[in-house]
Amino acid sequence: MSAVITPQPAVQAYLTVNNVEVIYDHVILVLKGVSLQVQKGQIVALLGANGAGKTTTLKAISNLLRAERGEVTKGSIEFDGRRVDQLTPNELVRLGVCQVMEGRHCFQHLTVEENLLTGAFTRSVGRAELRRDLELVYEYFPRLKERRGSLAGYTSGGEQQMTAIGRALMAHPKMILLDEPSMGLAPQLVEEIFGIVKSLNEKEGVSILLAEQNTNIALRFADYGYILENGRVVMDGAAASLAQNEDVKEFYLGLSAGGRKSFRDTKFYRRRKRWLS
Amino acid sequence: MAGPVSFFFEVLFSGLLAGVMYSLVALGFVLIYKASGVFNFAQGAMVFFAALTFVSLVERGVNFWLAMAITLAVMILLGILTERVVLRPLINQPPITLFMATIGLTFFLEGLSQGIWGAQPHGLDIGIRDEPMEWLADRTGMFLSQFDLFASGIAAVLVTVLALFFQRTRIGRALRAVADDHQAALAVGIPLKHIWAIVWAVAGFVALVAGLLWGARTGVQYALTFVALKALPVLILGGFESIAGAIVGGLIIGASEKLAEVYLGPYVGGGIESWFPYVLALAFLLFRPEGLFGEKHIDRV
Ligand SMILES: Nc1ncnc2c1ncn2[C@@H]1O[C@H](COP(=O)(O)OP(=O)(O)O)[C@@H](O)[C@H]1O
Ligand SMILES: [Mg+2]
Repeated sequence: MSAVITPQPAVQAYLTVNNVEVIYDHVILVLKGVSLQVQKGQIVALLGANGAGKTTTLKAISNLLRAERGEVTKGSIEFDGRRVDQLTPNELVRLGVCQVMEGRHCFQHLTVEENLLTGAFTRSVGRAELRRDLELVYEYFPRLKERRGSLAGYTSGGEQQMTAIGRALMAHPKMILLDEPSMGLAPQLVEEIFGIVKSLNEKEGVSILLAEQNTNIALRFADYGYILENGRVVMDGAAASLAQNEDVKEFYLGLSAGGRKSFRDTKFYRRRKRWLS
Repeated sequence: MAGPVSFFFEVLFSGLLAGVMYSLVALGFVLIYKASGVFNFAQGAMVFFAALTFVSLVERGVNFWLAMAITLAVMILLGILTERVVLRPLINQPPITLFMATIGLTFFLEGLSQGIWGAQPHGLDIGIRDEPMEWLADRTGMFLSQFDLFASGIAAVLVTVLALFFQRTRIGRALRAVADDHQAALAVGIPLKHIWAIVWAVAGFVALVAGLLWGARTGVQYALTFVALKALPVLILGGFESIAGAIVGGLIIGASEKLAEVYLGPYVGGGIESWFPYVLALAFLLFRPEGLFGEKHIDRV
């Protein structure tokens, strides 16, 4: 791909991932030096096909890799002006960095409301304040209020996604690492959830790093985007300009000058291109 | 009104009450299995260790309640140490490795308790006689041990307290969350290590209660470690992940083993009590492998 621009860290960003390399099981090299930045108050999209390394990047930040036998072997990660690569997930949540994992990962045998309450685990606050926070979550996700007493495992995929985001919200996060919120959901629901995420970003001032395969919707809601391929950032830029980029259109939005291409053509074309480069 | 009917009920009730004692031991297994997926082979050794520590303290003149408090503190410390020394280094290892580690812990505990307190058996008197309750016998013609009734009362209190702890407290909720999904629990900032230490400490507390009751009934001796074997059919029946299952499983095993002994025993020869629960559990395994109350895995994508 052509337009590779390496961002020059001019001002200190809110989150800085600097040349991070990740190895699983001591041998599988998955991230080959990923760098990215999120400015305070931004929504930044991390795009790329299945297996590109989006989830791994988010887990490297939230330090959930160790539980999967993964390890950051190179590079550094800074949040709000301090190194965070050695912190435990617990310490990171306390600092305000919360991950909403791919596949929601709700606590299936806890009710929706109990799920939300677990999100406040790191904050030792009284009942009254928890109540207020729950109400705030219910304001953003009125559906969850209706379903508050149901076991999360018996709620719909969309409700589980909302529960997972609401649970992160209960921690009073400064930054949410949101992994594939659109996965397996109907387009209308995806739209609804992205709308809520956007308003969380605007009203609560939560910065968001969003991993998505659904390039189209991600670029509509994000301010900035990075495209990941094979564990490397191959392109980045303002969301609007990425959406106009010919390569992005062709390979990630399924559009090209000659109209919409079939997935199969795209795949073939891509392979050939990589082979040649 | 002594007759075949009241005799039947006497057998049934005494079986149910004996079953409560099995439930107590099974409970310790369930707690640890639920939260960490580890089958803790050392639960029996923990029961023995708790009872022996308590009885040795009392024999050295320590006040009953103080001895209880000290033993409880020791069990909690043991839980924390187990997490630190045994579980933490083995994080991310397959369950069988952890299981082997708890076997090691079993031998360590048995050695430790006998090393500190000696190997001779002790009697343990908690002030409740294992005798039939006279007023009950007078009124109903049933002979039920007052010790069994007392033990059941204690078990009921213990289960209620545990249930409240799990349902109503922040830590209890976190424990259930961890049992459901380790990864997600980590992601919301629940420190698994602390949670495991707490679970082991709670299991230690349950072992202490079981140890006192079993110790009072059978004496405190090495054989106490084998009460864990009695819990096995209870677990198969009730499911490894369910507190309710441990209770109901214990009751079923207790009742059926007594009934089998009395009504089937004469036809198949003595000793039926020692193998009947296993046959029952195995038969059950064929029909409902997740146990009576085993958590259904909610599969919904
Ligand atoms: N726990 C793991 N052990 C080994 N390899 C892994 C593990 N998790 C992910 N991978 C590999 O790392 C690559 C990137 O995966 P992932 O970060 O999940 O990509 P994405 O989220 O972009 O789909 C994939 O090739 C995947 O097979
Ligand atoms: Mg992924």
